[in-house]
Amino acid sequence: MTAHLESQASEVIPARGVLDQDWRKLSRYGALLALGLVFVSLIGMPVKLDSRVVVEPYVSMGYLSLLWLPALLGYTVSAEKVLEGMASHARGAHELVAGAVVGLIGGAGLALLIWGLDTRDLSDPLVNWGDNLLGLLTFNETVGYGMLVWLGISAGLGLLGGLLHVLPRTAMRAGLTALIAVFLVSALESALDDISEGFRLEWLFEWLFEARGGLTPKGAVAVAVVAAGYVVFGRNRAKAVRQRYDAMPTVERTRANAALLVLTGVAIVVLPMFLGKLTNELLANVGLFLLLALGLNIVVGLAGILDLGYVAFFAVGGYTTAILTSPNSPGISPELPWLLALIVVIGMATLAGLFIGAPVIRMRGDYLAIVTLGFGEIIRLTVRSDWASGLTGGAQGITGIPGADILGVADVRGIDPQAVFYLVAFFCAIAIYVSWRLERSRLGRAWMAVREDESVAEAMGINTVNAKLMAFVVGAILASFSGAIFAAKVGSVFESSFKILVSIVILVVVIVGGMGRIAGVIAGAVVLIGVLGGPNQPGLLAEFSEFKLLIYGALLVWMMLKRPEGLIPNVRRSRELHQEEFLQDAWLRGQTDDDEEHNTTQGGATA
Amino acid sequence: MRARHAPRTRVDWFLTFLRLALTALVTVGLLAFIGQQIDPDNFFARAVNDDASRLSWESIKDLVVSGLSQGAMYGLIALGYSMVYGVLGFINFAHGEVFMVGAMTGMITSNKLADGGLWESNFVLAILIAIIVSVLCSTMTAVVMERVAYRPLRGSPRLIPLITSIGVSFFIQYTSALLLGPGAKSYPQLPDWLRDDISWLGIEGKKIVVLVVAAVSMAGLWYLVERTKTGKAMRAVAEDKEIASLMGIDVDRTIVTTFAVGGAMAGVAGILWGILFGSVTEFTGFLPGIKAFSAAVVGGIGNLGGAMAGGLTLGSSESLAPQMVLEPLGVTGHTQLKDAVAFLVLIFVLLVKPTGLFGERLSSEDRA
Repeated sequence: MTAHLESQASEVIPARGVLDQDWRKLSRYGALLALGLVFVSLIGMPVKLDSRVVVEPYVSMGYLSLLWLPALLGYTVSAEKVLEGMASHARGAHELVAGAVVGLIGGAGLALLIWGLDTRDLSDPLVNWGDNLLGLLTFNETVGYGMLVWLGISAGLGLLGGLLHVLPRTAMRAGLTALIAVFLVSALESALDDISEGFRLEWLFEWLFEARGGLTPKGAVAVAVVAAGYVVFGRNRAKAVRQRYDAMPTVERTRANAALLVLTGVAIVVLPMFLGKLTNELLANVGLFLLLALGLNIVVGLAGILDLGYVAFFAVGGYTTAILTSPNSPGISPELPWLLALIVVIGMATLAGLFIGAPVIRMRGDYLAIVTLGFGEIIRLTVRSDWASGLTGGAQGITGIPGADILGVADVRGIDPQAVFYLVAFFCAIAIYVSWRLERSRLGRAWMAVREDESVAEAMGINTVNAKLMAFVVGAILASFSGAIFAAKVGSVFESSFKILVSIVILVVVIVGGMGRIAGVIAGAVVLIGVLGGPNQPGLLAEFSEFKLLIYGALLVWMMLKRPEGLIPNVRRSRELHQEEFLQDAWLRGQTDDDEEHNTTQGGATA
Repeated sequence: MRARHAPRTRVDWFLTFLRLALTALVTVGLLAFIGQQIDPDNFFARAVNDDASRLSWESIKDLVVSGLSQGAMYGLIALGYSMVYGVLGFINFAHGEVFMVGAMTGMITSNKLADGGLWESNFVLAILIAIIVSVLCSTMTAVVMERVAYRPLRGSPRLIPLITSIGVSFFIQYTSALLLGPGAKSYPQLPDWLRDDISWLGIEGKKIVVLVVAAVSMAGLWYLVERTKTGKAMRAVAEDKEIASLMGIDVDRTIVTTFAVGGAMAGVAGILWGILFGSVTEFTGFLPGIKAFSAAVVGGIGNLGGAMAGGLTLGSSESLAPQMVLEPLGVTGHTQLKDAVAFLVLIFVLLVKPTGLFGERLSSEDRA
């Protein structure tokens, strides 16, 4: 969004002197960095992630959890938002010194921590305070050595961060992409292992990775070179393809879209056949959460209703399936086939959507959030209680769910994650199609109108009550599908799988990806659930599972502060959120009236 | 809320039905309870639930007292929700976590004091120190939270700060779990005179202490808000931020003060939690936080007396309803549904009287 704000500064004034620094700002950032480094150390990230190696034998994820901070703050301390029509300074040694100073102060903080670790014992309240951390921070050498090295590392990385402002654009991009690529390839190690086995590429994998885990040095260099090479040589070509696509007439573009769709479909069908059990399991989990996120996207993203009790519908789907299909269900136990049960599930979800939706529909948005959260908890507590245990099994849950028998073609159960993935992918495809069609329907436009301004929408003749109820029902049905598949996959349901936590994690997925944008939600689910993992499911970075909820919380705050429209934003939604910036921008260009034209160029670039 | 003369739709009929059904259920339960209290063989009570057992007056008194002492704690937390909602118009979901920070730091301080021996030798001084430390920590948490997460969002759509506060809440929960280790941590043992019943009242000493401390804090807060200049500024900002700033009130500082005062109340509540239940986990803040918000809504949000009254109402109904309404209605395992009762009270109040029992005190734009 801010790209076009920064791109055309009209005036560049000479660089500032090296010592002409804003010292207060530097010390503030330095203190922030010191605090961040000490915080990361004390929550135990370096020690617990040390076993996961990025480049053998040089860097582990544990050290990486400390290293990225000085570079980031060294960069941000001299980042300034260059507004249209404002003068900006030329970049030079000034930025380097600023970064290095910030890094130095941060390093001093860490040095202080090392000294503290050596002389004091605070392990009573702080569980990670101890010799493990001290050994890691001093590289198992003397305390003085560790302190000096960290001062140096931190200052150096701060300097590197400052350097990003000075380097030419392409060089900076190439360097950053190379670093990120190395990190990603190493993070994806287990998945790559699986894929390379499927494609008979074990030799490549063995060349890239050390047997004990982590990239080999030559592998890391190769990955970095390929990534940097792509940025230098391939990027313009990719851009050109993109531009050609944008410039296509509608008919051709539809055809290109169809081709892309078919390609993606084929990839989704073919790829799992080459993958091992673990990756397929991961994909199935991502799919389950994607299905939930697509449903929540309709409720939150399109209709603007913040439903914090969304997990209730997931539970309705799961428990209905369990009761209807399992022979062990304590109450009624008709032992229906899964597909028949699914029909009942749809009915139950509709009822639940109406029943939870109707009382809250007239409430203020924030009251609604808390009350839906309350409903989510009520349902979970009721399911767990003795009172309902005749039907739901109480805390013992329902076990022995037979799995989904699809018309005799396939028998989907947890031991066969590939079949689960196909089933989930099928339902995700339905969900994507439904959301895509709905977004462009009368109902979808009604939802968006309600989201933007409820009273105006009502004045325009939209039946807001019905529109909002429909959002609840559609969201509920999609979530219940996920629940039904979940029950068949796991083979049992317990109330502990349906905690509020699930709602919040799905909310994070939707928000980080981009509310109201299907591509955004898919990206969010793949990145967050796939890499970090769901509430109870490990992701690719299984070592992170202890930290993932902390990261989700921080991510939610950061997104709301910096980019409330999400990573892949919905055009209209981000216009709502940045209305003032748009107007200001237009005003600076002297074109306040033709807001429309401005928007179409924006829309073309992101739609 | 919608205008009263809006046409009645099917949803309205459903809501009316829901209101009536809930009221009828509660009435039947209460009547059956009263019936069985008067006469164990009361035909109405037996017809509703044959197995319900009569409650002794002793146990009713116990339930009321523990409900009230928990309710007083909810009330203290609710004050923070209510004040922030009154001033900024959004739900600070992370306020429950401020309370948890208070309980956690209280646990750490009191354990340190117990190691030093002060806890046993001079309990009153020790608990005072613990209260001061946890109030300071909670206040600091609340102020930092406002500065980092909420101030940049001033003026954005109402749901944005709410979502942010959910993130903050998660962040604080898991920070606590990672820094201090997950799981329950216990307070040192209370002295005998707090654990035993006070003889002539037949009530546990700690519950009396909780009620007294809550009353004193409430009185202090009332004095601050109604009788001092700071309080006047807070009320003015809650009424209209722009006009308040025109009158020479530093709005930013007043908002920080609001967060700080709310945080301090939550800190006191945190220590009271420690005294009442003796242990604390990283998730301690979650449910009491939501219940306290419900209490603020029940009392009428923005209304400080209402928040306390709402807390007491919610606490006692949560403690009494399982035995007085659910059991006579024939719900088995009724105490497991204690937490659900709190949410049902919230939903019931919002359905029947959305402005709360004592009326909201909000500026007109927040009431939308």
